Amino acid sequence: MNTKSSWMSTTIGVLALCALLLSAACSKKENTEQSTNAPTEQAAPAPAATPIDPATVATVSGTVKFDGAAPKAAKIDMSQDPACKGTNEAENVVVDSGDLANVFVYVKDGLGNRTFDVPKDPVELEQKGCQYHPHVLGVMTGQTVEIKNADQTTHNIHPTPKDNREWNESQPPSTAPLEKTFAREEIMLPVKCNQHPWMKMYVNVVKSPFFAVTDKSGKYEIKGLPPGDYTIAFVHEKLGEQDQKVTVAPKDSKTVDASFKAGMGE
Amino acid sequence: MRALLRNSFEAISLKAIEAPYNRGHHIFATFVACATFLLIIAGALVTSNDAGLSIPDWPTSFGSFSVPVLHGGVKYEWSHRAIAGTIVLLTVSIAIWTWSIERRRWMRWLGIAALGTVIVQAILGGLTVLLFQPPWVSSAHAAVAQTFFCIAVTIAVFTGRRWVEEQPRVEFDSRKPSLFTLALLSIFVLYVQLILGAMFRHHGMSWWPHVANSVVVAFVLCWTAVRTLAVYSEIEAVRRPAILMLALLIAQLCLGFTAFITRVAWGKHSVQPELPMVISTVSHVAVGALLLATTAILAIQVWRHVPVAFEERVPQAETNASAA
Repeated sequence: MNTKSSWMSTTIGVLALCALLLSAACSKKENTEQSTNAPTEQAAPAPAATPIDPATVATVSGTVKFDGAAPKAAKIDMSQDPACKGTNEAENVVVDSGDLANVFVYVKDGLGNRTFDVPKDPVELEQKGCQYHPHVLGVMTGQTVEIKNADQTTHNIHPTPKDNREWNESQPPSTAPLEKTFAREEIMLPVKCNQHPWMKMYVNVVKSPFFAVTDKSGKYEIKGLPPGDYTIAFVHEKLGEQDQKVTVAPKDSKTVDASFKAGMGE
Repeated sequence: MRALLRNSFEAISLKAIEAPYNRGHHIFATFVACATFLLIIAGALVTSNDAGLSIPDWPTSFGSFSVPVLHGGVKYEWSHRAIAGTIVLLTVSIAIWTWSIERRRWMRWLGIAALGTVIVQAILGGLTVLLFQPPWVSSAHAAVAQTFFCIAVTIAVFTGRRWVEEQPRVEFDSRKPSLFTLALLSIFVLYVQLILGAMFRHHGMSWWPHVANSVVVAFVLCWTAVRTLAVYSEIEAVRRPAILMLALLIAQLCLGFTAFITRVAWGKHSVQPELPMVISTVSHVAVGALLLATTAILAIQVWRHVPVAFEERVPQAETNASAA
């Protein structure tokens, strides 16, 4: 009797594990099918955008500096895949003459309950030379990200979000772009390729169109901002976040600079 | 009044049934154990190279069962899957073989237990991929891997000529805690250490619980080894695993320190897994598996050769009657 009941409990346990695996496999398949035909995550239908008077809009721009000796770019060893022929320098801290690139700048606070139209044009993320281009990307919630593979090798694209849904898909060479969306706001959402462990980039998902990423000269520009009091956030993947308050009047053009130091964000 | 009754270990079923030594069976069991050790190294290479999700589907690889292009992380992940598939087939074979030739009933069930464990392990491996490596699933996968390795090693030991044909030298242990208790405690702290290490490697926990518990592991294993060598060094079957356990413990502590330096201190800002970290971490996992298996063998040999002597309370009336 005891043997029989232990057999039964063992069988039930194994069946339960199989069922869990099957359900995970099925949900994975569904996700894969969904992603090839339609965007991964559908944001809830957005309410009509709050009108902004184009005659009054302001611009905020500036430069982000790195204070101190610039860290030497870490070397990447791409030897494990002969198809990888990109520049072998990491992009986690890119400093040129004291100017800091790849800082995500966005209006963190001050927009109130305004809503905005989601751009119909997708933003592009390209895998080229076994690196992501751009390294830091801004996108609105619900906006399509078009992911391309320009390399002669297979990549996998694997976002590891905190607030959005995680997915992991491979993309062989010469295949159609993947189209993805992110439903919820999330800053510095890491995306990596598990086949090439040095490949990492960050997607920043925000609800407003008021964002920018600093270029190699550390410059950014946010246009079309309605007059008001705002908190501008400067976020770097390694150096952390800095916030600054700014008030913009109609047709104003304000300069807001920021500076990061080595060791910040740790 | 108490009468000290020595428990004759001969009565225990583990040794009660005579089983003929089968050389082929033993060699095959040893081969399965060695192949499992190779699988543990392959699994550690996957984790250390951050290649766990380089193949996004399971049980297929990129939608197919054929060999994919083995570049980047795919070569680690696919090799791990290929070796794991081979181990499943080997385990089915050893379970069937054991069931068909073994006279010892518990050995037949040990073969089935190995098969059950490897199936659970395969399912955990699949869940790790499909659920994007949740730390608890990946850590369970790491812990069950070493459990399976221990089962494979014990099957190899139990089918060996020495185990089957020897007349064990028995010395009763009346100390407290008994050596058998210490050996079991050693296995327990090693399991805790294994889970803490796996949780750290899979980003489910900080490094310090694993480092803190290493002090406990070192203390308990040294206590066990010293007791064995100080009191029962003349029994070769327990002396040898005790010495090996001590040597592996020292090696493991050194490797753990090296892994800590290369992963936590040096590797903090590295943009990809670097070779010193990969080598030290994989070695740490491999020696950890050997240490756990050696400790399990020590516990088994202690159970066989150094059984616990226990006092049994005999009712006063019975004692008086026998005295009369």
